[in-house]
Amino acid sequence: MIKNISNLGDAALYCDFGKEVNKDINSQVIRYFKSIQKENITGVNNLTPSYNKLIVSFDLRKTNFKDLKKLIENLEINNSDDLKSKKIEIPVCCDENFSLDIKRLEEKLKASKEKLFDNFFNKEFFCYMTGFIAGMPFLGDLDENMRVKRLETPRVKVPKGSIGITEQFTNIYTYESPGGWNIIGNTPLSIFDSSKEVDPNLINPGDVITFKRITKDQYKNYNY
Amino acid sequence: MLLLLKELLKINIKITIIKNYFEVVRAGINTTFQDQGRKNLYHIGIPFSGAMDNRNYLLANKLVGNKSDLSVLEFAYQGPLLKYFGDKINIAITGDVNFTIKKNNDLINGNCYETFSLENGNEIDITSTNRSVYGYLAFSGEFDLKSQWSSYSVNTKANIGSNDGKKLQVNQKINIFKINQNLKDKKLNYINTKIENIRVIKGTNFHYFSDQGKKIFFEKEFIVSKLSDRMGMRLEGSKIENIINTNIKSEGLIKGVIQVPADGNPIIMLSDHGTIGGYPKIGVVISADYDKLVQLIPGSKIKFKEVELSSAETLFRLYDLETQNLISQI
Repeated sequence: MIKNISNLGDAALYCDFGKEVNKDINSQVIRYFKSIQKENITGVNNLTPSYNKLIVSFDLRKTNFKDLKKLIENLEINNSDDLKSKKIEIPVCCDENFSLDIKRLEEKLKASKEKLFDNFFNKEFFCYMTGFIAGMPFLGDLDENMRVKRLETPRVKVPKGSIGITEQFTNIYTYESPGGWNIIGNTPLSIFDSSKEVDPNLINPGDVITFKRITKDQYKNYNY
Repeated sequence: MLLLLKELLKINIKITIIKNYFEVVRAGINTTFQDQGRKNLYHIGIPFSGAMDNRNYLLANKLVGNKSDLSVLEFAYQGPLLKYFGDKINIAITGDVNFTIKKNNDLINGNCYETFSLENGNEIDITSTNRSVYGYLAFSGEFDLKSQWSSYSVNTKANIGSNDGKKLQVNQKINIFKINQNLKDKKLNYINTKIENIRVIKGTNFHYFSDQGKKIFFEKEFIVSKLSDRMGMRLEGSKIENIINTNIKSEGLIKGVIQVPADGNPIIMLSDHGTIGGYPKIGVVISADYDKLVQLIPGSKIKFKEVELSSAETLFRLYDLETQNLISQI
């Protein structure tokens, strides 16, 4: 449930679902996000679900904080509703040209790269949110012994398709962008297709993701 | 063979229909097509974009008799030099801009908020904005562009929008169709006012900052840094001290949010901002001040002034009424 609704500036609602980051709280955020999306509320022009917050932006010409707050507080959310999440497998190549930070990770986590890959590829991840750059999914949770901080100095250019890890999360760079996550591999799969007018995102909040290790040759010959 | 013939025929038809276009002789520093932006895509990581200074965008379209949601050319600092070919067309420039129009051997000094006609072979040279960042150029017609997610707005960092998500390029030709049949001369008496005081509502992490930090935020002057663009405006000044945590769990952003990263220097999110961020939010610029904020050039001094939500709502209503009033005067 929403613990508190406050205003973020004069044209957005800040719905707070708590401090913790976990699947239960995030599923609540996603349920609210989907319900509000379905309602097509006058004046609402953007929704941003994240780990434990939901921001509802609106056009101040058409509605205001007080009216919208009341509307959202009284919204009925079906908790038993299935989130209709997809299961998606992402092929990843960990050739040394792609796993840019694997040496750093071996040092920081005091484990061999094979051990690290073993852990990563045998795990099921949950998509908490997408964004920052178009289509970038934020997936969790990595095991405690896989958690590292961001790079001290972020890269100016992280290659498109890079798989990064930081703290309890893993993400995928949907296009070349600056970034500070630890890069462990690269996927040939297109995660964000800007030519699609509808559903350009492959991965959406609530989806369940697994990674499958592929060889360099499989990467080269990948059909996408 | 038949298919090839058909294709050739199609191309031929296109050539005969489109006869109005401009050629880019000089592209300018950051010239992009912009309209009202795209909605309901934050959740997949796509910001609004759209014209930075919405009032001047609306006025440009109204002056040339366009619908209010057509795309215009937005330029920053130095604008483009364009050569026009085709039937007589009207243009208007809004903002605070120096420009000239070359008709055969005549060089005319242009005025903002006034329509000028262009005829075959005429040139428009937008030399500079005057102590402001953005200006707008509207043609009385529609550009032949492809929209993306219901908007023509270009976001160059994400390569999204019309013109392949890119700035205007030198030697490019942009076709114009549907020229308004009824070209009227229009003029509006309006001067952009500059502001130093930016009004803000306290942010959701205001309590993350020390008493001294809060005091600095509302009492000291900040300088707009050179590292400012359509994504964000970086400020320099006294450092704002954080006493809780310099990171928060990443969450949504909106334009106008003022984040303070670990270095203590505020950054204001602007129209092309990343949709998610992990720095504490000290404040949010009120909607009524956004158009004026984006026009502040590097080196400008700004001071933040706190307002309550109810005042911010009233101030926006007044600002919007003023905009509507200006539009109705055209």
